Amino acid sequence: MDEQQLRIFVGIIQHYFEQETGRPAEVGSPYLCDPSQLPVHDFTGVIGISGNRKGCVYFSSPREILREMLLRAGESDVSDENLADLAGEIANTISGNARREFGHEFLISVPIVVRGTHQSISVPRDVRAYVIPFRWHKVDASLVVSVM
Amino acid sequence: MKRLMIVDDSNIIRSKIARALGEHGLEVVGLSPNGEDAIERCVSARPDVITMDITMPGMDGIECIRQIRRLNPTVRILVVSALADKATAIQALKEGAQGFVCKPFTEESLNEAIGELFSED
Repeated sequence: MDEQQLRIFVGIIQHYFEQETGRPAEVGSPYLCDPSQLPVHDFTGVIGISGNRKGCVYFSSPREILREMLLRAGESDVSDENLADLAGEIANTISGNARREFGHEFLISVPIVVRGTHQSISVPRDVRAYVIPFRWHKVDASLVVSVM
Repeated sequence: MKRLMIVDDSNIIRSKIARALGEHGLEVVGLSPNGEDAIERCVSARPDVITMDITMPGMDGIECIRQIRRLNPTVRILVVSALADKATAIQALKEGAQGFVCKPFTEESLNEAIGELFSED
């Protein structure tokens, strides 16, 4: 994954939050991260990537962001069930939108959602993992791209 | 009033679509979390229009469109998917969908797309 390809994901995050909330996310500089140090927040939506690329993409967020997004969308049910659903849907949407650039052979799995900050997310050992940090509604979250 | 069925594995997306289109005169007659359920429900719910996700557990949306077309040749199908590549849109249209809206979507874009499905009526 080169810098230009990482920028594709940066653009998708910005577009997603702008479109869904009317308020863009502030995206920081992507950085290479040791797999044992990857950020994990309250809810993490993980998408497996196969086809012409291999690896995974995951979106990890504190509950505050997800809760606020649901409320802004007019959804009054902010149960953990729905927060997890949203984390999975965001991961799915970001990965699916990446096919615009990576093509239809960039195959994405259905999301798996992991709850809790004490969890660790396994990424492929032989693939570099990049963290794209971002902030929305004054809260930090992360997109992790580990794709070869 | 047009009868609407929503097929998506995300509960919040099903709710979002139901809210957006319910306010514009469509009656929600079915909510399905996957393709298999949608095919079963389609027979009894008799929808005029279906919004269809593509990436779902089990049967995906493309296969679901193919099977629903055999059961109901007249129902209008609008794909609502995160898969933003042209090949997926073309495949969905080839299998019998009449429109494609890419996630994330606005209420306006969804309503406009539904309006286009019925513009020739």
